[in-house]
Amino acid sequence: MPAAVEFQNVSRHFGSVRAVDGVDLSIAEGTFFAMLGPSGSGKTTCLRLISGFEQPTGGMIRIFGQDCSDVPPNRRNVNTVFQDYALFPHMNVRDNVAYGLMVKGVDKRTRHDRAEELLALVKLEGYGGRKPGELSGGQRQRVALARALINEPRVLLLDEPLGALDLKLREAMQDELKALQQRLGITFVFVTHDQGEALSMADQVAVFSEGRIAQIGTPAEIYEKPRTRFVADFVGSSNVLSAEMAASFGAPPRPVSLRPESVRIVDDGARIRGQVIALRYLGAGTRVVVAAPGGEISVFLPKGSSVPEQGREVGLAWDDQAMHVMEQG
Amino acid sequence: MTLAAQPSDRTPATPSAILPERGAGDRVSALLWRHPNLLLAALLILPLGWLVVVYLGSLSALLLQSFYSIDEFSGQIRREFTLSTYAELFRPANLDIIIRTVAMSAAVTLGAVVIAFPIAYFAARYARGHWKALFYLGVMLPLWSSYLVKVYAWKLILAREGIITWATDGIGASAVLNGILALPVIGGTSLSTSYIGTWLVFLYVWLPYMILPMQASLERVPQSMLEASADLGASRWQTMRTVIFPLALPGIIAGSIFTFSLTMGDYIIPQIVGSSRRFIGQAVYQLQGTAGNIPLAAAFAVVPIVIMLIYLTIARRKGAFDAL
Repeated sequence: MPAAVEFQNVSRHFGSVRAVDGVDLSIAEGTFFAMLGPSGSGKTTCLRLISGFEQPTGGMIRIFGQDCSDVPPNRRNVNTVFQDYALFPHMNVRDNVAYGLMVKGVDKRTRHDRAEELLALVKLEGYGGRKPGELSGGQRQRVALARALINEPRVLLLDEPLGALDLKLREAMQDELKALQQRLGITFVFVTHDQGEALSMADQVAVFSEGRIAQIGTPAEIYEKPRTRFVADFVGSSNVLSAEMAASFGAPPRPVSLRPESVRIVDDGARIRGQVIALRYLGAGTRVVVAAPGGEISVFLPKGSSVPEQGREVGLAWDDQAMHVMEQG
Repeated sequence: MTLAAQPSDRTPATPSAILPERGAGDRVSALLWRHPNLLLAALLILPLGWLVVVYLGSLSALLLQSFYSIDEFSGQIRREFTLSTYAELFRPANLDIIIRTVAMSAAVTLGAVVIAFPIAYFAARYARGHWKALFYLGVMLPLWSSYLVKVYAWKLILAREGIITWATDGIGASAVLNGILALPVIGGTSLSTSYIGTWLVFLYVWLPYMILPMQASLERVPQSMLEASADLGASRWQTMRTVIFPLALPGIIAGSIFTFSLTMGDYIIPQIVGSSRRFIGQAVYQLQGTAGNIPLAAAFAVVPIVIMLIYLTIARRKGAFDAL
């Protein structure tokens, strides 16, 4: 079975700016795929290449095995949930949701019935007659989702769909999106700059950096075995120990990633000692920054452990398995 | 914290929470801050006074005049309330003037929409930097020269001996021009003495008033909305019809208010270019001047106001302002 979306050495250059630069990826059907990266890393351009709003300057894009390089957006069986939702302000919610059927020439009754079904799916029964301007941000998001699903796309693209929502709503929507994806079984491609969102929702994560993919893998692989310093730092702000430090702790002489929650503060048997230079209370625990010889090391102390005072000298310890040797620095 | 612990030479030991007043300006600012309505009143008193006294005042004087009538023997104005002046509007000769004017205004508005849309669309969606400046210059430039100069220039262009006749002769298309001029009603002996000529000049003179509001409303349509439409399967034409046009409609209506009402009120263009049949503006001009029939002139002047009100009511009912 062909992949839902396949990129072969795809590039999108804007003049001298290489927004996307030689990307290879393959998204299996039915996966929840996250494109994660800082702004300007090329993740949104990749999404727009799938939807057809950008055309590649090099390489080939296949959707379900078919070459889509010359196919305009309206003939691609993929739909998008836009970052700003892009609901039509002059139409009510029902007509917004039914738009995809309307342009196909489906009669009014059928498309309105179908729109109501989708509104029920996103828990917005009874909102069909309202204008988008009368809805809250979270409700608009659901309308955008229902509208994008009405054509029964084989791939649903979501461009930072939760970016404009507040934290509480965002977490609720994360659960709902995940449940919806599992229920519908269609491929979701999700763009986000929030690593927590990507890790908690996706089956596969592609971490983007400067127009290229730094790493593709499951959330656990990305988090526990970052290939590069960039991935280690961007996903969960890991400690990156230099090759010399790694060697002194018995690891191969290559840069090593060490997650803050794997480090303990100990009195005896410390691998290294240093002074506490900053404390950050995070609710679920405290992040302690220790200035050790060779660099700063962050330690995450879960709630309930005793927190050292600022300025105190402490000893740090961790298990050998906690050190993940990376491919590049 | 460190700042407070180390008092510098310039400030006293504990700096005051309230900064010193810097003269009359601060006192006025404080007064307006305490009484925001005062600022609003100060801003509005002059324009509101102008609006009420000069604008609405003269309009109601006009309305009042239209309910008077003229004594046919003495030529004196009878200052008694009557609808007879309005009844006069429905005489065939006067009704002709009204229909002619409304038809011309509608034709000019329609032509302006068709010509302005691509220009406004280009300016709103594609023109950037120098091109945008060039667009504004190109649209506004005709407004800088005298209205009369432009109209007389058009008379020369459209005249039988003018450049259009010369050019159509040159490319061997005079049959086409003659065919157009041979059309009933809108044709004539030459472009400059036909309704087509009047229409062309109106179109040229009022076009900027259509382009600018149209461009402003098109500019407010976010790119993502057009993409959403294409994403859901709409062709370019469907997107144009179901998204762009409805969202640009308030701007188109605003522009049409200009082109429609300016055409209805104008009395110079139809006098210089066109068949010598009269428009409302000319009728008003002649009635209040040589004929001295102020009431009928006023009644004529009310016609465009009523038509505009009807037009806007229909537009509103049809949902033209829903996207506002």
